[in-house]
Amino acid sequence: MEWLTSLQTLLSDHTVLTPANLARYGEGLTTTVQLVFLSLIAGLILAVPLAIGRGSKRRWIKLPIYAYTYVFRGTPLLVQLYMIYYGLPSIDALRDWKYWDYVDQAHIWALIAFTLNTAAYTTEIFHGAIKTTPRGEIEAAKAYGMSWGLRMRRIILPSAFRRALPAYGNEVIFMLHASAVASVVTIMDLTGAARFIVTRTYAAFQPYLFVAVIYLCLTFAILYLFRYLEKRLLAHLRPVEG
Amino acid sequence: MIDLQGYGPRLFQGALLTIEVAGLSLLLAVILGLLTASAKMSRNWFLHRIGTLYTTIIRGVPDLVMMFLLFFGAQVGLNMITDWMYEQFGWDLYVEINSFVAGVITIGLIFGAYMGETFRGAFLAVDRGQIEAGRAYGMTHGQVFRRIRFPQMMRHALPGLSNNWMVLLKTTALVSIIGLSDMVRVAEEASKATHQPFVFLTIVAVIYLAIASVSEWGFARLQKRYSVGFTGGDE
Repeated sequence: MEWLTSLQTLLSDHTVLTPANLARYGEGLTTTVQLVFLSLIAGLILAVPLAIGRGSKRRWIKLPIYAYTYVFRGTPLLVQLYMIYYGLPSIDALRDWKYWDYVDQAHIWALIAFTLNTAAYTTEIFHGAIKTTPRGEIEAAKAYGMSWGLRMRRIILPSAFRRALPAYGNEVIFMLHASAVASVVTIMDLTGAARFIVTRTYAAFQPYLFVAVIYLCLTFAILYLFRYLEKRLLAHLRPVEG
Repeated sequence: MIDLQGYGPRLFQGALLTIEVAGLSLLLAVILGLLTASAKMSRNWFLHRIGTLYTTIIRGVPDLVMMFLLFFGAQVGLNMITDWMYEQFGWDLYVEINSFVAGVITIGLIFGAYMGETFRGAFLAVDRGQIEAGRAYGMTHGQVFRRIRFPQMMRHALPGLSNNWMVLLKTTALVSIIGLSDMVRVAEEASKATHQPFVFLTIVAVIYLAIASVSEWGFARLQKRYSVGFTGGDE
C-alpha cells in the first residue's frame, strides 16, 4: 500500500481533494449509479405493459395511461419528487402502516419519483416504436395464425425495442442528469457530495467542476454503450454501403 | 373552495417569476442557438470546434450542476476580474451575480446548445437551389437570410423548438434550488408550513401543464403560418 501513502502525502495540502472527500465522491458516485440504474430497470418493467396498453383500442385502458404520461412528462421532476417526498408522509393512513419505518427514507422516495418519471417517458418511446411496426409484418404474423400474445412476443416487441433504442439511450442520459435533484432531498449522490464538500471546505465551486467531469464521463460511457448496441442490433436498418 | 392559507398571492408572483425566467432563458437560448448553428456550419475550423465543444460539454453535464457551477463559480471569476481592474485602473466595481441572472444564464446556455442542433438541421433542410436563385436575383446575403433562409428554416425548426421550450419550461423549476422564489419554491415552503403538500404542489403542477398547453396551441398556430404553401405530408 505504498502508493496509497504517497497519494495521501500528495493530497494532504489540498483542501478539496482530501482522501476523505474522495471517499465521499466515491460514495456519491455509487449512490447516483444505483439510483439511476434501479429506477431505469423498474421504469422499463412498468413501461412495457403500459406502452402496449397505451396503444389499445379500449378507451378505459388507453386514456388513464395517456393521462399518466401527460402529467409526468408535463411537470418538472422536482415537483414530482416533492410531491412524493413531502406528500406521502403527510398521509396518516400510510404512516400507520407497520412497515412505514422501513420505507420512510429519502432514497426510497427518490427511487419512486424517478421510476414513475422515467416510466412515463419510456412508455411514450415504446408506444411510438410499437406504432411504427411495419403493417406487413403484423399481417404476415396473422396469416400464420399467431395469437395476439404470440404476435406481441415474437414480432412486434422485438422489432419495436430495437427501433426504440436511440430514443431510449437519450432517456438514460436524461435520467442520469435528472438524478442530480436527489441531492435536494438530502441524498448524498454525486451532486450531494459536491454540495456537502462546498459547505465544509469553503471552496466556492471546484467540487462542482469535479463532479461535472465525472458526469461527463458517465454520459460518454452511456453514449458509447448505446452506439455499440445500435450497431449490433440495428445492423439490418443501416443503409447499404457501396 | 381550496384554502390557500394566505399563500395565494405569493404563488401567483412565483408563477409570474417562472414565466419570466422561462421567457428570458428562451430568448437567450434562441440567440445562442442561432450563433451556434452558424458556428457549426461555418467553414472556419476554429468556430466549428468551439461550437462542437460547447454542445458536447453542455449535453454531458446535469443542468443542476451547471447551475451551481455558474452561480458560485461565475461570482469568483467576476470578482477576480473586478479586483484586477481595481488594481490596474482604480475602477471600483462590484458586480454581483444574483440567483435570477445565474438561473437565466444557465438555462439559456443549456438550451442554446439544444437550439443550435435544431437550427442547424433546419438550415441544412432549406433547398440550396433557392439560396442560389436568391443570389442570382441580386439579393444581398442579408436579404437571402431574411427572405428565403429564415422563413423556410423556421418551418423545419418549429417542432424541435417547441420540444425544447417544453423541456426548458420544466427546467426552470431548478432555480428554486439556488434561492429564487419561483412557484416551486413557494409551494415547497407552503407545503412545509401548512403540512398540506398535495394542495400546493398540485396547483403548481396544473400551472405547468396549463403553460405547456397554451404554448402548444401557440406553436401549432406558428407552424401553420410558416407552412403556408405546403399541404399535407412533408415536401
